[in-house]
Amino acid sequence: MGNVVKVGMADLKVCKEPDSLTTLGLGSCVGICLYDSVTKVSGMAHIMLPDSKQISRDKNPAKYADTGIALLIREMVRLGANQSRMKAKIAGGAQMFAFNASADSLGRVGDRNVEAVKKNLAAFRIPIIAQDTGLNYGRTIEFFSADGSLLIKAVGKPLKTI
Amino acid sequence: MDDMQLDVLREIGNIGAGNATTALAKLVNAKIDMKVPRVALVDFPNLSSTIGNEEDLMVAVLVTLSGDIKGMMMFMMDKKSTVFLIEQMLAGSGMEVGDEFGDMEMSVIGELGNIISGSYLTALSSLLNMSIDMSIPYTAVDMAAAIISVPAIEFGKVGDEVLLIQTDFGDDFDVNGYFILIPELESYGKILSALGM
Repeated sequence: MGNVVKVGMADLKVCKEPDSLTTLGLGSCVGICLYDSVTKVSGMAHIMLPDSKQISRDKNPAKYADTGIALLIREMVRLGANQSRMKAKIAGGAQMFAFNASADSLGRVGDRNVEAVKKNLAAFRIPIIAQDTGLNYGRTIEFFSADGSLLIKAVGKPLKTI
Repeated sequence: MDDMQLDVLREIGNIGAGNATTALAKLVNAKIDMKVPRVALVDFPNLSSTIGNEEDLMVAVLVTLSGDIKGMMMFMMDKKSTVFLIEQMLAGSGMEVGDEFGDMEMSVIGELGNIISGSYLTALSSLLNMSIDMSIPYTAVDMAAAIISVPAIEFGKVGDEVLLIQTDFGDDFDVNGYFILIPELESYGKILSALGM
């Protein structure tokens, strides 16, 4: 077994076989997992917001779907991955609290993050081959570089691998 | 932030959480202590581990703040404490508290959070002589980090750090949890100037 590399909120990490990447308690944020099955290089970004351009002060590219995906791809390529072979799995984007209509901007953050991730991955021509997104519960995810599988744990739910 | 400002914010946590802890203790007729508040400016990658263990199952009540102070306030407890508190509140009603929280349990939790957060904010508002309005309570039962992601995202829109005023409370036995006050950075300036800093 390799090392388990922890990815925090607004953070991204890359690794190679036999290591794995994990993020604990993903809520309305989205975990983006990219994999190159030939070199077995994998990467995970834990983004919080859809778009870096809507925010004036952005020092941390890993916080946003657009800049986070771009940086994740660069870091993976540096480790030997090939962008044209990358496939994506995504998880998260839940609505943790049942906000009412007057707090709509709070209520849809998860959905908006998922939409932005899909749009940005499409722009880089990276196909999403599996996803577990939305709904109203948090997820812990672990992404294995040996085979590109993504393990998902949620409170009161059976383990799931996508 | 200098030491003096940190002290002031710690005192804010003290006064707010002190009032809230008293309200909680009265509500359930138990002795509940609070610890010294922790004040920290934390960046997002370290946020959930600063607050507690990311995967701990927590019950949370979140309210959003408007008026003179903007931001969010959360009241979080572990599941065991919550079951204990609900049982205390429903004592004599003949209702059973299940391990799976249904509508009834969630509504008691919301009301509990409403009262407790209200006490915290009332103390703050009279100390600062400011008006603070609070939203209805929103509840969630899930992993700590997943819950924290909600205020994190909200504050992430304007900066790369959040100012946390966290106060742990409990009797180390039946009831354990914490309050987190996260003022917007602009409101934090207002708090300091209201106190003559």
